[in-house]
Amino acid sequence: MAEFLFENRIWDPAEKLPRNELQALQVRRLRDCVARLENVPFYRKAFAQGNVNADRIRSLDDLKRLPLTTKADLREHYPLGFLATPRSEIVRIHGSTGTTGKPTFVAYTRDDLVLWANLCARFLVAGGLRPEHMVHIAFGYGLFTGGFGLHYGAELVGAAIVPAAAGNTERQIVLINDLQADVLVCTPSYALNIAEMMRAQGYTPDKIPLKFAHFGGEPWTEDMRLEIERQMGLLAFNNYGLSEVIGPGVSGECVVRNGMHIQEDHFLVECIDPDTLEPVPYGEPGELVLTALTKQAMPILRYRTRDIARLDPTPCPCGRTGIRMGRVIGRSDDMLIIRGANVFPSQIEEALLRVEGTAPHYLIEVDRPGTLDEVTVRVELRPERFSDKMSQMHVLREDIERQIHIVAGIRANVELVAPQTLERFIGKAKRVVDHRKEKGLI
Amino acid sequence: MKIHQLSLFLENKPGQLTAPCRELADAGIDIRTLSLADTQQFGILRLIVSDWKRGYELLRDKGYVVKDTEVVAIEVPDRPGGLLEVLKVFEKSAVNIEYMYAFTFGRGDKAVLIFRFDDPDAAIALLNSAGINVVGSVEVYNR
Repeated sequence: MAEFLFENRIWDPAEKLPRNELQALQVRRLRDCVARLENVPFYRKAFAQGNVNADRIRSLDDLKRLPLTTKADLREHYPLGFLATPRSEIVRIHGSTGTTGKPTFVAYTRDDLVLWANLCARFLVAGGLRPEHMVHIAFGYGLFTGGFGLHYGAELVGAAIVPAAAGNTERQIVLINDLQADVLVCTPSYALNIAEMMRAQGYTPDKIPLKFAHFGGEPWTEDMRLEIERQMGLLAFNNYGLSEVIGPGVSGECVVRNGMHIQEDHFLVECIDPDTLEPVPYGEPGELVLTALTKQAMPILRYRTRDIARLDPTPCPCGRTGIRMGRVIGRSDDMLIIRGANVFPSQIEEALLRVEGTAPHYLIEVDRPGTLDEVTVRVELRPERFSDKMSQMHVLREDIERQIHIVAGIRANVELVAPQTLERFIGKAKRVVDHRKEKGLI
Repeated sequence: MKIHQLSLFLENKPGQLTAPCRELADAGIDIRTLSLADTQQFGILRLIVSDWKRGYELLRDKGYVVKDTEVVAIEVPDRPGGLLEVLKVFEKSAVNIEYMYAFTFGRGDKAVLIFRFDDPDAAIALLNSAGINVVGSVEVYNR
């Protein structure tokens, strides 16, 4: 029997389905899914062109005969062109925030919401949630799937929910402490904001009631996990999902915390090279491509998530059989090309956290003043790292530059700025300003 | 006798120097002397003020990155070779001078300089044995 951090409780026996049974189920569900998608003009046309239909799906190998779906396809069929059920069956709409153009909407039937809550309950329980817990949700409630997804998952488990929603950090701290919340749910960058303000108010980790946290909605790093855990005295769990596929609930960490189990009885996963579209070997980073097998209102085939991660097919000691995905190390659209090298903002973040004393508030600016790209990383100075000696300050700056070079392979110019001067984010953080785009250079 | 210096992190952009000086002025805290070390990106402002403790708490509470640093005020004869006599004391010692700056006032025929040593206690011992006058804090803050 393996030793776990806490009891390895499994919410749904389907999480332990043997691989051969799981695969047989996936094939059946894929066939049903393709049949339902005949109702969607985009897929009907693609099936006709590719000479494929439900009867021709015999094994998972047939997946590659099915069309890929992109964000652009969803936008082209704005607002609800991908509906596979009559409009009258829809009970909920969610969507992307539309920060980079038109929003995209997704729809749920009653059954879809039941499924979604169950998927969220699975990873919440895997990451320590129990019926007796009080869960503080500081995710945005609204079109964003984070708030509602985790809310109904936690409710299904039987926990008590404080639907605080994002924003007003001082009030969040009052609620967490007065109600003695056990579990925090929000984006990891917002958790850092909360942790920072708690520290400023004099809360030491032993005074903070939180025991567990479930973070998602944006990529983060292992060092960031350690930082939040250290500051708040809790265990932090990673979960993954995106509205186009269902929202949170696609995958989540178990007690082992070595990758997120993809809930493969409901989602098929592929990992591909974003340029060649060919599958990458296990363990190599690639773009995740997801198929939502069982959704009714808006099933989606082979959705290109733009999220870059690695897959690990080795068995997990927790007994769940779903393949594990590593952290999202970047988005194929966030990837910066600096003098020809691929750089993800998460690599800069990792470098910053490696230098003891650097708070993870930073902004990456990329420019091309002449012929070469130049990167400036603005980093907020932590008061305890300040020295009246100029030489010490230079050492700190050079340490950060060296770590960025080691982790990301680029030479960046680091600027130390005063604390609390960079913009704070209550949802997803914006860490990059690319002046090359404004100038039309890329 | 060590003196308390306030060291302040400033970004190198317009208005950065004005703001903390205004805070001190509004609180009735007098700046006795100061020195500014700057690079293209940031600066370190070093201040000797009339009430260092209140100044420190004020600036810290206003969100500045401020540090209390122990420095040594030394009387130096105001004539050719005056500074040299002081520097000679440390020439063969292991004590390093990190930086130094002067007070705007003198004491008779003496100038008063602020020295930041890596080891202020060792520095004071050396100065005492060389018969060089280390200026007390009361004299510095309440001139």
